[in-house]
Formats: sequence, structure tokens, C-alpha cells
Amino acid sequence: MTSPLPIDHRSPALTLRLAEEIKSIISQPWNIMEICGGQTHAIMQYGLDQLLPKKIRMIHGPGCPVCVTSLEAIENALTLANQPQVILTSFGDMLRVPGASTDLLTARSHGADIRVVYSPLEAVKIAQANPHKQVVFFAIGFETTVPAIAASIQHARRNCISNYSILPANVLVPPAMEAILDGENRLVNAFLAAGHVCAVMGFHEYLPIAEKYRCPIVVTGFEPVDLMSGILMAVSQLEEDRFEVENAYNRAVTQEGNLAAQALIKEVFEPVERKWRGIGSIPLSGLGLAAKYKDFDAVSRFRLNPTPIPESPLCLAGKVLQGLIDPPECLAFGATCTPANPLGAPMVSSEGACNAYYRYQKGS
Amino acid sequence: MCLGIPGKIIEIYSLEGTPMAKVDLGGAQQEVCIATTPEVKPGDYVLVHAGFALNILTDEEAQATLDLLKQIENFNAAHPELLHD
Amino acid sequence: MDEISNHLQAFNCPVPLSQHDSILIGHGSGGILTHELIKGLFQKLLGNEFLNAGNDAAVLHAINGENLVVSTDAHIVSPLFFPGGDIGRLAVCGTVNDVAMMGARVEALTASFIIEEGFAVSDLESIVASMADACREAEVKVVAGDTKVTERGKSDGLFISTSGFGWLPSGRQIAGNLAQSGDAVIISGPVGNHGVAIVQARGNLGFTSSVQSDVAPLNGMIAGLLDAVPEVHVLRDPTRGGLATTLVEIARQSGVSIELEESQIPVDQPVRSICEMLGLDPLYMANEGKLILILPNSSADRALETLHAHKYGQGAALIGKVRENSSGKLWLRTPLGTTRVLDMLSAEMLPRIC
Repeated sequence: MTSPLPIDHRSPALTLRLAEEIKSIISQPWNIMEICGGQTHAIMQYGLDQLLPKKIRMIHGPGCPVCVTSLEAIENALTLANQPQVILTSFGDMLRVPGASTDLLTARSHGADIRVVYSPLEAVKIAQANPHKQVVFFAIGFETTVPAIAASIQHARRNCISNYSILPANVLVPPAMEAILDGENRLVNAFLAAGHVCAVMGFHEYLPIAEKYRCPIVVTGFEPVDLMSGILMAVSQLEEDRFEVENAYNRAVTQEGNLAAQALIKEVFEPVERKWRGIGSIPLSGLGLAAKYKDFDAVSRFRLNPTPIPESPLCLAGKVLQGLIDPPECLAFGATCTPANPLGAPMVSSEGACNAYYRYQKGS
Repeated sequence: MCLGIPGKIIEIYSLEGTPMAKVDLGGAQQEVCIATTPEVKPGDYVLVHAGFALNILTDEEAQATLDLLKQIENFNAAHPELLHD
Repeated sequence: MDEISNHLQAFNCPVPLSQHDSILIGHGSGGILTHELIKGLFQKLLGNEFLNAGNDAAVLHAINGENLVVSTDAHIVSPLFFPGGDIGRLAVCGTVNDVAMMGARVEALTASFIIEEGFAVSDLESIVASMADACREAEVKVVAGDTKVTERGKSDGLFISTSGFGWLPSGRQIAGNLAQSGDAVIISGPVGNHGVAIVQARGNLGFTSSVQSDVAPLNGMIAGLLDAVPEVHVLRDPTRGGLATTLVEIARQSGVSIELEESQIPVDQPVRSICEMLGLDPLYMANEGKLILILPNSSADRALETLHAHKYGQGAALIGKVRENSSGKLWLRTPLGTTRVLDMLSAEMLPRIC
């Protein structure tokens, strides 16, 4: 195992001991929301919810950037992909997400040149290898993917790769947390903040949120020991009526974060209003290209202007993303809505709450 | 987001002006961009996500974890007959 | 912020996309979409008792006390050459294994080649030489063949279609519906290697490793196994869809449930790392040189001993048990003692970042 660390973060003994400790200190029910789909995925994969006391309800939050990417962004991606001179590149996560009428995977089956890449730098390589085509990268994700995307743009500029551009759709975590805490029926008592977003951004942005909403926030990683110790710290705070920001992922996260990465993001991007699927537009909650790099914006390069797309009331993803219901409480869950035939993004994305429940459910 | 895994820096190089490293990820090697962790040297560990080094990894641990680990070690030392795996 | 709360209440989502008017890549993935296509179209139109049995090969009528066993397969792998093998070796081994998984002695293959105009003759020669090597190793002959050339652009370099023929001693019954409560579940070695080797060979996911496809003819190993342990109930190779999908198929066919111990399932470290990096699951990655063996628990040790003595079975491990429950479910017990249900692969597995 490649790690400098003495601790095995998958150690069953340590994980179970942490669970016991949580059981011994909890005195009343608490709702804890994990912000990040990767955390949901890990909880489900290891069955950590089976080890927690019943008094803890884990609510699976909207930390699935795939789930919150707007219909308009998907329509833009489809419009671009269907142009013969365009190669659309994307993280695999987006391919099966239903747009207004179709999805990227289906578009690919009808002949659109859509390629899955692991890194935005791979997309730039594709641009270099196909000088007579336009290569667009579908830029989704929270702050975690932004440094890589910014680096790909600077790389393209430095090497005069002019046939590369991005479709900006990145979103920011703090505005999402505030939106959830501001909701009418606030259920969330504490947050588990996303470890890899915080590896980049640090956690200083959460201090005012914890204070304003009197909500403990604990940064966690994605292994069983990481998640359990994060939950233990959150429960300790709740039991002691504290509402601080704490870090349970010390090996990857510091309060200030990676300053060079933040500088890179600031250089290439700027905060803009962004529409969140099912939530609506939130000011300063997304990232668009800074003026100096506007020529890499596919929206202006291709003169995209999709009309706002109304969403029809057939799936309860919004309630799930807020934690108002658990996926099995949705009538469509497992019936008309399955990973093979999803109604909404949380069932598609393997880190979406609905998909996680479906795949890892204990069954009867 | 997720899917970040620890990787060990094997070699540093530059790809058309962009700082890169060859990283070992538990038996697989990847070309990783280190534009925002330029101070790394071979042997260091970084957190890799989407072909990019997000941050340097240290050997710091959450205090809660360390406390419990100490308890377990003490318990194991006191009860060696119960040790398994 | 009130406006936002209102929006939060009224989340909506688009119309379901459950109708497929064109074939998707996922239809070939070996998972749920593939099964839907087979059941809803092929079996519906062509169905008969042999086709509908859903095994790797069909057991036909008996001649002189032995049943004729037939299987067919098509090979479209891209790229044609990958670490550990090529489309030719894959074609021979895949079909040899399908026939051998029924417990049959493999005798002969046919091979049809669909070649795209412009394909390099040296590549074709290399691939066919590789087939010859695999045939020698498996001790089978290609007894009939065909060649077609399509216009440039009309096929992807080379496709190979094969059929396999073998003989099953009468009285021997090995099939997907014969798993019984209490049986042991064994895998003949580490899983996920072939799937990962292919992903790596496609080259656009930015990594390299020493992972090689495990593609191999298993009929020799199976013959030795059945000599030592004739009471085998099920043999199947976990190809498309991987170990998990294949075990779900078997659980459903046999009307049982199967429980696996995650810590017992062998996975090579580089395969594990690459899957973690890409968000893939080794339990769903294809294998082309492994077999699943389900047999009475009392014979498990003897089976493992026999497998360990063979070059293709050195990593064999006991990974689970068959339970009485007729739910057709596959359960996985994690090292933490928690459990979860594994379903079939739903569609094409895509690398993810989240």
C-alpha cells in the first residue's frame, strides 16, 4: 500500500473501536449530513451506517456535482457534441445523466464524438492530436477538479493549442452548505465536509458558516477510519453543544489549504452565478473564466445560448439532496427509477444518494 | 470530491512547460501534474485526483484517531492472547 | 434566501429515458442491459430449450453415450493487441473455456474472420499465430473457417467469430442452475486483470502498469479438476460483467443466494490501485482465464489442492458459500463485518472522478 503512514485507515479493529466510542457518548438523535458523494459512496461500500448507533441519521447531501449540474449545461454539452467538428471530452460521471430529452451516452450511440477522459490534460492532448477539430472539456465538479482544469487551460495557452476550450460548470461547496442550512425545514445538525475539496481550499471558509448556523463542521477523508473519526468528532461537538470546524483528515488537509492551487484558480477563474439543478440560481456559487482567459470559454466560442429548461415534477431528487427523504421513500425508487433507467441524476451517479442506496442496499 | 488516492513521487519532469511527475500509485504509474505542488521531490507522497496532485500528504493524524489507537495498543499489550490478524 | 428554499421544495427532474431505440455500448457489457436484450429480443424470437437454459454452451443430444456440446462467440475487443494477449488468443480461449465450463472435452473450433480493407497482413499473421499457439496449448484444432473483407471504414480492423464443439460424458451434469445450499464457492485466482489490462491498453486514461490480461485456455485445468473432484455442480468463467455479475446469474438460475467474504477475494495490488483511481470495481471487471467453481463444501479442500497444482490455478481461493434463501441475491460481507448486496453490472462501467 502506497502510504507514508503507520495507520491502516481500513483497519477493522480501529473502525469498530471508533464506532463503539460513538455509541458510548451519544445521548440523543442527531442528523449528520456528509457533503460529498464520495463520502456517501464509502459509507455504503463499507456498510458504515450498519456500525453506527440508530440515533445517528446520516443524510446524503448534494456533494455530487454531477447531480447538481444544470439541465442547461447538459444541453450545451449535447449541442456541442452533435457538431461534426467537435470532440466533446468529459469525466465518465456525466455520460449517463439525463438531460431534458437525452443523455451524452445515447448521443454517443447516435454518432456524436464523445470521449471519456480521466484528466483535463488528456483532453488537451486530444486537441493536439486532432488539430482540425475543436476539443471541448465539460468542466464539472466542485473545487477539487478546478486546479487541474485551470492547469489544462494554462498549458493550452502556453503551447498555443487554440482548438481547446471548456464548458464551465464547476460549483462551489460553501454556498451549497448555506443553502441547505437556510432551508425551511433545517434537519441537519452537523456537516462532514469533503476532504478533497478541503485539501485544495482549506477549511477557513467554513468558520463563519459554523458560527452563523451554530453547526459543527468536521472535515473527513474517505476511508472507514477517516469517516468514523469524523463522525465521532461531530457527535462529540453536538453532545457538548460546541459548533466548531474541526479537521479529521490532517494528513491531506490544513486550514489554509493549498495556496498555490488557490492562486491558480483565482488566476484563471472567477466566481459567477450558477444554476444548480433543482435548486435554482445561487449567486457566486459557480466558477466562470476570468477575462484574461475568456477565449477558452466554449459558450462564447460556439455562441451557445440555450433557453432555460423547465424541469418536470417526476423525481424527488431535490428532497433527497436536502435530506428530507431517503431514496427508498421515493415511490419511483427501484421501480421506474433504477441505475439502468434513471429518472434523475442521483440515481445515475455512482456517488448519488439514490444510486448508493440502490447498489448497496441490504435487501430484505 | 472523492477518488483521490495517495501516490509516491518517482521522478519530476516538465511537459511542454507544465511541471509533471511520474507517480507510483500502489503498482500503477501515472503522469501527474504538480503545478500546484512544485516543491515535491522523489519519495514524497501526494494526493492524486484526476491526474493532478491536490496537496502533499503528511503523516499527521486526527487526534481522536491517535487517542483510540493508543487505547487499542495498550489493550493489545495487556491481552496478547487475544491478538488476531 | 427564501427564494432558494422555495426552489429546494420544488426540485424536479426530466422525463425517464427507459426506451432504447438504438443499441448502446452497455448492451454489450454483460450486465443488465445485455440480459434485457437477450431475454427481450433474442430469446423471444429464437428461443428454445437449449438457448433459454442460459449456460455458456448448449448440451445437445447424445451419441454413443456422450452429449455433443456447442458454443459460439464473437470477439470485437479493442485494441486488438493488449498486455498479455490479443484478439486471436482471446477468441480461442474464450470458446474453449465456454465448452469446457460444461464439463466437456473440447475437440474442435471454427473461426470466421471479418477483416477491414487495409488491415496489415503482418498483424493478421501475428494474431493467427497467436491462435495457433493457444490451440496447441488447449489441444484443439480449428477445423473450419471463413474469411470476409469489408470496405475500409465498415468494420473496426478485425472481428473474429468462433464456435466450439466438445463431448460431455453421459451422467456428468454441470450447469448454472445446479448450485445447492451449503456449497462452497471458489475462484481460481485473482480477479479484474483482463478488464484492467484492456482499459490500460486503450491508452487514454493516463497510466501504465505491469497488469496483464489473464487470458488462458482452462480446459486442461478443468479436466484435472473433474478427475479429482467429479462432484462439481457449477463451473463458469466470469467474463463480461465480472465475478459479481456472473455469481448473480448463477444465484438466479439456481434459485439460491450466495454470500461472499470480501477479504477472501484475491485481487492483485496494481489492479486494486488502478480500480480505486478510476472508480472501477474489480468485482465487475472481466476475466478471461479464471473460473468460478461451486461444489459440495466437503470437496472444497481437495478442489483447491488440485487447482493450486496447476499453473492457471495457483491463486485459487475459497470465497463464499451458497445459502438456502431463494432470493437469487449475492451478498458481500466486508472486513468490518457489515454486508451489502451486489447486483449485476447495470451498463457499461465508466471511469469516474467522484
